[in-house]
Amino acid sequence: MLVLDHVTMKYPTGTTALNDVSITIEKGEFVFIVGSSGSGKTTLMKLLLKELDPTSGSIQINGKDYAKVKRKDIPKIRRDIGVVFQNFRLLKDRNVYENVAFAQRIVETPPRYIRRQVPSMLTLVGLGDKYKSYPKELSGGEQQRVALARALVNNPSILLADEPTGNLDPKNSWDIMNLLEEVNKRGTTVVVVTHNREIVNAMKKRVVTLKKGTIVSDVKKGGYIDED
Amino acid sequence: MKISTLWYCFQQGLKNIKRNLLFSLASVGTIVACLFLFGIFYAIVMNFDAIMQQMEESVAVTVFFDEGISEEQIKAIGEEIRIRPEVNTMDYMSAEDAWEYFGPQLFDGNQEMIQAAFGSDNPLKDHASYNITVSDVSKQAELVKFLEGLDGVRKVKSSEGTAKSVASINSLVGYASIGVIVILLLVSIFLISNTITIGITIRKEEISIMKLIGATDFFVRTPFIVEGITIGLAGSIIPCVILFFMYGMVVDFLSNTFSDLMSWLTFLPRGEVFNTLIPICLLIGIGIGFVGSVVTTRKHLKV
Ligand SMILES: Nc1ncnc2c1ncn2[C@@H]1O[C@H](COP(=O)(O)OP(=O)(O)OP(=O)(O)O)[C@@H](O)[C@H]1O
Ligand SMILES: [Mg+2]
Repeated sequence: MLVLDHVTMKYPTGTTALNDVSITIEKGEFVFIVGSSGSGKTTLMKLLLKELDPTSGSIQINGKDYAKVKRKDIPKIRRDIGVVFQNFRLLKDRNVYENVAFAQRIVETPPRYIRRQVPSMLTLVGLGDKYKSYPKELSGGEQQRVALARALVNNPSILLADEPTGNLDPKNSWDIMNLLEEVNKRGTTVVVVTHNREIVNAMKKRVVTLKKGTIVSDVKKGGYIDED
Repeated sequence: MKISTLWYCFQQGLKNIKRNLLFSLASVGTIVACLFLFGIFYAIVMNFDAIMQQMEESVAVTVFFDEGISEEQIKAIGEEIRIRPEVNTMDYMSAEDAWEYFGPQLFDGNQEMIQAAFGSDNPLKDHASYNITVSDVSKQAELVKFLEGLDGVRKVKSSEGTAKSVASINSLVGYASIGVIVILLLVSIFLISNTITIGITIRKEEISIMKLIGATDFFVRTPFIVEGITIGLAGSIIPCVILFFMYGMVVDFLSNTFSDLMSWLTFLPRGEVFNTLIPICLLIGIGIGFVGSVVTTRKHLKV
């Protein structure tokens, strides 16, 4: 379970990216976070990963208060969260295979499992034949799928995906969304930031809408809300 | 920590070196220079020590006694001297021994002339003596003073000048080499730390990605430490190998050039020097690499 309790995030530059946001996401839920550019969606994701600490308010994951987590215990929390960054953040100096394998090396998966699981994960996101390429040799959409493969390979209990279909054509977008729904059905909590109106409307999931750092709507089986 | 993880970190460390080759080579170069000089000083000091020891054994103090003193009194004085800590060895040469030793050397060993000159008298009858070697040349002066103060002692002969200069040269070489080596060690640590800082800076984004997807500090850090230790190791093996071959050549050269001095200028065999020099060099090299990388990563990897 993820809980944000009256969370405010003010950057050192003075921008208030989130203002008094409270939200609870149950285990096994599928949630879309929508809102226009600059509304605070990525900031929210960063807080959930403890990449940032909130200016005020508290964040809990499965009952653990982030403010009380010791520095050396942060990796344990992050290992249980799969994350697709908005700008992918692949390791530039490693090929596709190594990027995905890296997530498994971190959690000390035995090499023989890595050799089996990485190729099947890459096949699942449609990149089975690109495993030797380096990130700079891939298109935006392909990099995005590598990022997704890396996020999913450890079977995380929570998946945070910041615009995982931002660079994909409609067909590929639907493939990825179906994959996320599949993962969700197997028990993973999925939080997806997206601008894809068609998909949000079609999938009938919970939709949280942000506007200028505050939640303006939170609807079960909702749809994409247009800016006025 | 599993073996496979350590192995992975090890490989990453070697890759770091390859990616950062120029700076890695510069660091290796400094350590090589540092340990090379260290090795030279070390070999010199060790040989010097050996020569010193030889000299100390040969640098002797001779004690002569008042005329007409009895054997018992000489023995009593001997007991007093023997308990001094500066004394290494002590030999008694009685008047008869002295004459037996020096007598035949007179007149080119011509027995008849000796017989004619001295008959059965012992011209050295007041020349019974103790021959004392000291355990530490720097303490010789102290011992001489003590001996001169003893009752029944007529004369103390010693080679004070040699003892003093030998002792001061030895400590000078020691201090100079320690000074140079300390400076070079600091330079080496600084350079390794620099190399690793550059590595970390280049990979700042990579490191923060690793940490965001759950890598521990250990996982991120170990490759850098492997990098540091490898640089240190390379930097210590190279000078050891060079010095090993150089030592033999230099000793051969000196022995041939100064063959007349060889009676007191003897060199230690190669094995004796390198038995200790190699482990010390490896330890210093690895130590520099380890300390440099641990300190640097601790400072920079707080993500
Ligand atoms: N590192 C930062 N330092 C200062 N201000 C920031 C920083 N990151 C984001 N902001 C500001 O915080 C606000 C929210 O940014 P955020 O990245 O969360 O928006 P977003 O909803 O993800 O937008 P988009 O849909 O374009 O990705 C913006 O006004 C942005 O300028
Ligand atoms: Mg964003």
